[in-house]
Amino acid sequence: MTDFLNLFITSAFVENLALSFFLGMCMFLAVSRRVETAVGLGVAVLVVQSISVPLNNLIYKTFLAEGALTWAGLPDMDLSFLALITFIGVIAAMVQILEMTLERYFPALFQGLGLFLPLVTVNCAILGGSLFMVERGYNFTESVVYGFGSGFGWAVAILALAGIREKLKYSDIPDGLRGTGIAFIVVGLMSLGFMTFSGIRID
Amino acid sequence: MTAISSMRKAFVDPLINENPITLQILGLCSALAVTKTVATALIMSAAVTFVITLSNASISLIRRHMPRHVRLILQITIIASLVIVVDQVLKAYAYALSKELSVFVGLIVTNCIIMGRAEAYAMKNSVRLSVMDGLGNGLGYSWILILVGSVRELFGSGTLLGMEVFRTVSAGGWYEPAALMLLPPSAFFLIGFLIWALRSWRSEQVEQEEFQILPSAESEDVA
Amino acid sequence: MPESVHHEATHAGSRSLLKRFQGLPNDSPAKALIVTLLVCIFASVIVTGSAVLLRPQQIANSQLEQQRQIAEILKGASLVGDDLRTIQTDDLEARVVELETGNYVDGVDPATFDRTRLVRDPAHSVSIVPAQDLAQIKTRAKLAVVYLLLRDGKPQLVVLPIYGLGYGSMLHGFIGLSGDTETVIGLGFHEHGETPGLGALIDDPAWRRLWSGKKVWAPGGEVGLGVARGPVVSGTPEARSHVDGITGATWTGQGVTNLLRYWLGQHGFGPYLNKLRKAAR
Repeated sequence: MTDFLNLFITSAFVENLALSFFLGMCMFLAVSRRVETAVGLGVAVLVVQSISVPLNNLIYKTFLAEGALTWAGLPDMDLSFLALITFIGVIAAMVQILEMTLERYFPALFQGLGLFLPLVTVNCAILGGSLFMVERGYNFTESVVYGFGSGFGWAVAILALAGIREKLKYSDIPDGLRGTGIAFIVVGLMSLGFMTFSGIRID
Repeated sequence: MTAISSMRKAFVDPLINENPITLQILGLCSALAVTKTVATALIMSAAVTFVITLSNASISLIRRHMPRHVRLILQITIIASLVIVVDQVLKAYAYALSKELSVFVGLIVTNCIIMGRAEAYAMKNSVRLSVMDGLGNGLGYSWILILVGSVRELFGSGTLLGMEVFRTVSAGGWYEPAALMLLPPSAFFLIGFLIWALRSWRSEQVEQEEFQILPSAESEDVA
Repeated sequence: MPESVHHEATHAGSRSLLKRFQGLPNDSPAKALIVTLLVCIFASVIVTGSAVLLRPQQIANSQLEQQRQIAEILKGASLVGDDLRTIQTDDLEARVVELETGNYVDGVDPATFDRTRLVRDPAHSVSIVPAQDLAQIKTRAKLAVVYLLLRDGKPQLVVLPIYGLGYGSMLHGFIGLSGDTETVIGLGFHEHGETPGLGALIDDPAWRRLWSGKKVWAPGGEVGLGVARGPVVSGTPEARSHVDGITGATWTGQGVTNLLRYWLGQHGFGPYLNKLRKAAR
């Protein structure tokens, strides 16, 4: 159990996808001007990440990894070079399905998230999550925890940034730094803050 | 506009005036993540420039036959294939560097510059112009990456391209490396300051204020 | 400007077919399907082509990398004897060892030995109970490849593969020991994802050099090697088996200490090292 707790803390805070791996940065900066939209995107990323990492884990383990096709009588097959294109396809398809399901059965939720779901497809935090899952060799349960943890961390980070930027609107910022420039500096400071999480380990 | 000058414009504009990183704020993940050393920044720049030029070319080539409702997925397919080729080549001929770049080569697929240029430019313009636009954007991205990479490597480890510039204390010299330079926050700070510098030079790039702060009543004479 | 290069149409059969294809509205299902199919075929050809063509080069690369690492460790071989100063990686003999018994296994080719594949296969690996899992690797393969130098049947030096968790990333490396297993010749990690400038200094040549000459075993017979917290004062008992800790990378150092204790201990190469020591006498 502590293993999973540690993995969660690591993926959400210590190795925050946005603040220490810079993933999903374009959207992170573009959609963090207001808290409301940041919540929408944050939740969308959390949901898609929690589903896509375990799903990609299953697909990778059953079809793509070296020796994964032993069940089909092809023990020497190594299709891992197809991981990238498969993952992006799975993510795109999943987002589409999620969008349609939400629209059909949970129209209220769709109102809030619908706008952000297509954006999530090209968010590198999502693809990055799946690629890190492969690189670090997580098993299925770990990938569930990792997907949720890293999505949660990304959502927390964008929410915090949006909160700060809403306040920043009222400050007098040098011309050249206004908007994007100061956002970078703020994110840098946040990332410095998140570094203090490093070394946390529950035994 | 003549053909030559429009080609030149497609190439030159993205270098500073429409720079993908500092103005369009696209493709940041890799710009920040792979700039710990000049070598990784160089390889990443080459990879992105290669992918964006070829993806622009091939998408522009078939733009008149692109079915509208599946165009995004087709674009992703083309880009992803090019990225896999780059990834395989790096693994074969630049093994150590490709390990250092880890997942970030794969993440070129979702690099918004490439999708952005495919959708905004290559779908509407001729092959030649699209190639120039791809090259321009690739190089506009590259010079920022290499600049940030040089600063981080020089001050973070006292070297450039692995060659010693400042002799570090641990090697018996005088320079105490600024470890912060190698950590994530410094990448944000550097790009923030770079944007500041660029916009002070080119003031037309400054963003409009959302709010105008009214002069306070005490300091002004209220007539 | 010449824009009429529709290259995917060039291999369509007859001219009239081509005309009909070009005449189709872009959003008609038939055309969408054909274009998608052509793009997919084209994409799969270049992807598969590059993967297949470059594969041999990629495999050679990772073997080359290992060779380079072992060569690096052999630079310290003169510690064992001056005549070993010039030995090359080719002089070493790769042998497969069964970790539990410490015996050599014949019939497994060390050249094609693939540890990562064996670790995943329950039939060829053992799971490690958490109390013993100092290296935090959960399972390990039953077999391992060692690189050995024999002179007149006596082991002169041996290079062992080691790996384990550092600070958040797996450290993969080799340790070279003298034939009597008493002294470290060299140690290096060629693969890790530690923090640059801090934990990543474990592959810094200056730090790696600190290891040569350290004594493997503590006076009580257990593994004594380790990374100190902070600098080691030469002449103290600690300096016998410990190297300087890396400032700001306590966890990495702890990880290195732990994985050394695991791999040189009774659950790791322990039984093999016992046999080696006897053979060296």
